[in-house]
Amino acid sequence: MECQEEKPIIYTMENKPIVTCAGDQGLFTSLYTSLAQQLPREPMEWRRTYGRAPKMIHLEANFVQFKEELLPKEGNKALLTFPFLHIYWTDCCDTEAYKSTVKEDMTRWHNSLRAHSSADWVIIVVETNDTKKKNKTNILPRSSIVDKIRSDFCNKQNDRCVVLSDPLKDSSRSQESWNALLLKLRTLLLMSFTKNLGRFEDDMRTLREKRTQPGWSFCEYFMVQEELAFVFEMLQQFEDALVQYDELDALFTQYVLNFGAGDTANWLGSFCAPVRSWSGLLLRRPIDMEKRDGIQRGEASLLDLRSYLFSRQCTLLIFLLRPWEVTQRALELLHNCVQELRLLEVSVLEGALDCWVFLSCLEVLHRIEGCCDPAQLAANCSHTVGLWAYATDKLKSLGELCGLVSEKGPTSEDLNRTVDLLAGLGDERPETVSSLQSPYKKLKEALSSVEAFERHYLELSHAAMEMYRAIGRLRSARLVGKSLAEFYMRKGDPERAEAFLQEAVKSYTSEGWSLPVTHTRKQIAECQKLLGRTEDYLQTSALLAGDGNLTTEERKHFCQEILTFAAKSNDQSHKVTLSMAVFSQLTRLQFRPATASVHSGAVLEAELTLRCLMPVSVRIQQLAVSIHFDLERAGTNGRSKGASRATNPGTVEFSQADPSAGPASSVAAAGPPLELDEIQDRSPSDNSLNSTGVVCKNTHLVMRRHDTGSPPDTANCVSPPALTVKDGAQMLKVQDVTLEPGNNSITFTAPSGQPGTYTLRQLYATVGQVQFVLPHIYPSVQYEVYSQEPQLTVEPLSEPLLAGLPQTVKFTLLTGHYAVKKGDALQLSNTDTMPILPSASCPARITSPAAELVGESALSIQSSEKVTSISLPATPPYHTLEFHLEVLCIIPHGPDRPANERLTNGEVRHRPRSYSHPDTPMTAIDQRMSIDCPWSIYSTLLALTFYIPFKTKHSVLSAGNRKYIQVCLQNVSDVNFTLAEMQLTEKQHELLELQSLNTKTQQLLCSKHSLFCLWEVRWKDDPPSCLQCVFSANFSPPKQDVSTFKPFHYQFQLERVSTLYSVRAEILPPAGEQHCRCGLLSGLEVCITRLTEATEGEAAEDSKTDADGPKSTKLMYEVADSSSNWAVCGRSSGMVSMPMAADAAHKVRIEVMPLFAGHLPFPKIKVLKYLPHTAAVAIQPDPDSCVENDSLSLLDKALDDQGDTASIRSRGSVHSVGSGDQQPQRGVAMPRLEPFDAGQMFGLYGPVPAQKYQNQRGGLTDSNAH
Amino acid sequence: MAVCIAVIAKENYPLYIRSLPTQNELKFHYTVHTSLDVVEEKISAVGKSVGDQRELYLGLLYPTEDYKVYGYVTNSKVKFVIVVDSSNTSLRDNEIRSMFRKLHNSFTDVMCNPFHNPGDTIQSKTFDGIVSGMMVPPG
Repeated sequence: MECQEEKPIIYTMENKPIVTCAGDQGLFTSLYTSLAQQLPREPMEWRRTYGRAPKMIHLEANFVQFKEELLPKEGNKALLTFPFLHIYWTDCCDTEAYKSTVKEDMTRWHNSLRAHSSADWVIIVVETNDTKKKNKTNILPRSSIVDKIRSDFCNKQNDRCVVLSDPLKDSSRSQESWNALLLKLRTLLLMSFTKNLGRFEDDMRTLREKRTQPGWSFCEYFMVQEELAFVFEMLQQFEDALVQYDELDALFTQYVLNFGAGDTANWLGSFCAPVRSWSGLLLRRPIDMEKRDGIQRGEASLLDLRSYLFSRQCTLLIFLLRPWEVTQRALELLHNCVQELRLLEVSVLEGALDCWVFLSCLEVLHRIEGCCDPAQLAANCSHTVGLWAYATDKLKSLGELCGLVSEKGPTSEDLNRTVDLLAGLGDERPETVSSLQSPYKKLKEALSSVEAFERHYLELSHAAMEMYRAIGRLRSARLVGKSLAEFYMRKGDPERAEAFLQEAVKSYTSEGWSLPVTHTRKQIAECQKLLGRTEDYLQTSALLAGDGNLTTEERKHFCQEILTFAAKSNDQSHKVTLSMAVFSQLTRLQFRPATASVHSGAVLEAELTLRCLMPVSVRIQQLAVSIHFDLERAGTNGRSKGASRATNPGTVEFSQADPSAGPASSVAAAGPPLELDEIQDRSPSDNSLNSTGVVCKNTHLVMRRHDTGSPPDTANCVSPPALTVKDGAQMLKVQDVTLEPGNNSITFTAPSGQPGTYTLRQLYATVGQVQFVLPHIYPSVQYEVYSQEPQLTVEPLSEPLLAGLPQTVKFTLLTGHYAVKKGDALQLSNTDTMPILPSASCPARITSPAAELVGESALSIQSSEKVTSISLPATPPYHTLEFHLEVLCIIPHGPDRPANERLTNGEVRHRPRSYSHPDTPMTAIDQRMSIDCPWSIYSTLLALTFYIPFKTKHSVLSAGNRKYIQVCLQNVSDVNFTLAEMQLTEKQHELLELQSLNTKTQQLLCSKHSLFCLWEVRWKDDPPSCLQCVFSANFSPPKQDVSTFKPFHYQFQLERVSTLYSVRAEILPPAGEQHCRCGLLSGLEVCITRLTEATEGEAAEDSKTDADGPKSTKLMYEVADSSSNWAVCGRSSGMVSMPMAADAAHKVRIEVMPLFAGHLPFPKIKVLKYLPHTAAVAIQPDPDSCVENDSLSLLDKALDDQGDTASIRSRGSVHSVGSGDQQPQRGVAMPRLEPFDAGQMFGLYGPVPAQKYQNQRGGLTDSNAH
Repeated sequence: MAVCIAVIAKENYPLYIRSLPTQNELKFHYTVHTSLDVVEEKISAVGKSVGDQRELYLGLLYPTEDYKVYGYVTNSKVKFVIVVDSSNTSLRDNEIRSMFRKLHNSFTDVMCNPFHNPGDTIQSKTFDGIVSGMMVPPG
């Protein structure tokens, strides 16, 4: 609307709000400079309507002379030319002058303002001392002028008149009045803004609400709102200005969208006109008046409107120092425009939009470059790179459109198109005419020739790629590279294209994107074919032929490419080696036999399962596996066979993924297999099942995070590995195989000549000129060929072997490489302790290595005195011969035997030694066998362990002078036996009579049970001092024939059999009582009686030590009750000296007290013998010392006395308590006490009166166990 | 609605990718693959600032002339990418967000399947159904 007015308004950033000045122009001019300077100095808070945040703004003003025309007419919505404040200046101080001229002028001014209903005015009265001095003093007080003005004009608005004092003086008073004036001016200006802008905005909103009415025009509205934006811009409120444009943008966008939805607005018609100009954005001018005019006239195209809008937004954003938002918005805008044109169905010349986008991209980039330094630009690549890439893209499509990419160059049709496109660009703008690198020039040049296009295109592509790389967007960079590769391909430059394609395919492969891989690989194949790189081409073809993403036709095509090449027979020397992985996959390898271990010369088959990936069946001339032979690891003796079997599973499953593609297969990524265990929770009381479940034992492995996982190898994401063909000396070979698509099974016969370990290394498939190689078979597959020495083992048929009974042992002969001929025999050296029992027939079984029965034949066994010879049947090598023999281990007679006996020739004769085994209570005997084998000059030594099923103990029991021998036979084996004919014989004493007290002749002895046998010993003359006894019995497993009974002997020696003393004990009730009472002292009377004269031995011993005096023996007694039935009161032990004569007796009385009522056993009475200290040989503290501490005093007294040692040996218990300081001079001299041997003491206990206890134990007592 | 929906593993290989059958599948593969650049950029930018409490929705990854590519990343760094036709202006940010949420829920269900091996491509029919529902316009 302002265009209708004559005054042209120059829209520049120099626009400031207009303030009119009336009155004294000269006065104003003198003050103008400082006013204009000082007004913007202090910011002012601007409170806004509609809840907008208050802002601090610096106010500036454009002071113009007041004219009537400046006042806006009714309905004029121009804001930029709107005078926001009117000032009347006067320095009148003369009432007369005021009344005559000034008031009149002021009234006229005021009236014209009022006529235009403008309330934003102020009157400034300037007062100077000069004027005061000039005029007559005190004519009128100066305030009166101001008062007059106020009363004349400022009707209750006293603030509309401001006094400025001494404005040109540099005084504090002047400064103060200045500040007051400025504050007033600012306040009034802001008030005016708020009021006028508010009114304007209200009007604008009203206009916007009318947008649904017919005849509403967006362009008109645009102009109105832009006016507001201009004002905000003028006030330096760029943010607010931007908001206005954004609102316009959004409104327009909404209209376009509505149009798309079928809601058409009439005014949109102009925007739907065909696009005729595509000159791109123009961002170098603050306001593109050309386009603005177009919009105002309603003639602008959509691109014009968008361009204009964006250029304004761009300008404001740059003012706001947000250049990166410009780039982002630019990209959005360009995309959006393209979409909008499509939506509005605007007809555009093909390529025109590309031109527009290209130019716009570059224009934005130039604009940004213009306002940032290079370092800033480099740091913010991420914001600009999108535009670069977009421009590159567009230039490429333009090039393709205009025939600039083909090898031949543009056709005439292409040229026509180019001309049309260039025509739409129009003339270059005056701003850029001088610039050498303007977008316009670039586009024109690029479209002018093939070379120039290539140069520009490459420049852009590389720039985009560089930037993508710099900010780490490698994938995007590769995509640009791929697009560049396509360009090169079309230009016929496959060499450069391939580098980009390879990089791209590497990235896709590593990240497992199969479809892009296939696509790129197809392009690579094309490149390689053009480049004539046969090997690479065939490799890629092989990959593609096995690629499931391609159609069967395509796959067949690539497969055929390989087969065609393979069939060419012109050049025999030129062989092409390709990776097997792309051709077929090795999925399984199975050995037969499954142990993958055979003896040399045997047949070993390996069955390979190959999954052929080719779409058609392929005939293979030769399929071979190279073998690495390792002699050192060979198990020559067959001992390592068992161990190596674990590492050589018969069937090897190869993971689906190709092993050469990398360590990560989906199997590995999934982690180790679960180790599951069943758990059952049972109630502790009744063992019922509470719960059951499954527990994973290796959760820590399974649940572990696989951080370094990589994509699973999908079928085509394999990169061809580097191939190294190693020629192995030995090969598994199959000729002429046809591999069908899918799984194929091929059987090889493995060489097994030499013993050793054979490792399968590489797999080759030869198709004519082409050889597919699998460079490593992983996991490694081995088989073993062994050569075994013959081996003979003897083991019990059943554990354990029992001595004394016939036992069956198993002979196992592994023939190894030795073939047993007819007539070969095993020579067993006979031993006395383990005879081999002859048996009627001895069948032998011959089995093959696969444990199949081959033959059975009887062995003939000949025994001579020294050897037993077993003739073997003929047995082939690597077979097993088994037979059983019965042997008998003779039980050694007694426990004490000399360990070694020397044979007459001085050799140590091997004697079976018995020892106790930790695992069993039975005593074990090792029996050695020496066997001469036909295949060796050395004898084979074998050991068998037998166990004696019995443990025997003997003891002597006494009753007065009568003696009994008890033999305890304990069955420690796990089987039951029948025992018969238990006998005890004595060898030395003819007159001795052993009368058996055993009733049964046959007795069953169960496992872990004992059998006691008793004999009474009777003699005619003197009692024997030493007895050599042999216990013998026959035993056999129960329910066997008499003939199967085997003898068992037990030898033992008894010494000091005769009874020396009889101990008699009697408990007497207290005097006057008839009964022993609980808690009352009773008397224990112990009577020790010597039964015999001093024996020879006794006398001899005594005579040595104690020749003088009467022969006597010192005895110690001790009464102790360990079971707390009795309290022994007073002295519990003492020593008696016994004369060495028959019937010598000694009585001791000891006070005891029964602690309980009832039948009580007697307290224990120990009788011990004193030994002379000189007899001490070995002083050892004995754990079972039988002297108590309380007897020490007694021992001290008797230190030098020598005990009766008649039949006492020096193996007594020694008491060594605390006697060292009492006998320092004697050193170790100490009394020793010795218990009597079994049978030397006979104890007899009387009845305990009134306790009604008859001690019947006295009948047969051990001297130590009272 | 969406023209292409992709689920990408932490290691950046596709677990699931599906586009409208009428469109060029390959193009979307390239688009989605390239979008990973921006996803990574955004993840690393977010990781620096906030830490644990991060927004899973990454917003618009990048617009192209024809498509808008939106991203979403789960806490286990599985990425979801939805490609929307640029001309489809009815889809607002909130709708994209809810699509991602729905996708995430369905993806979680797939992961909860004890027979699904994490890291394998998604073959669940239910998931497929959810995705199909997002690709065809409702009604």
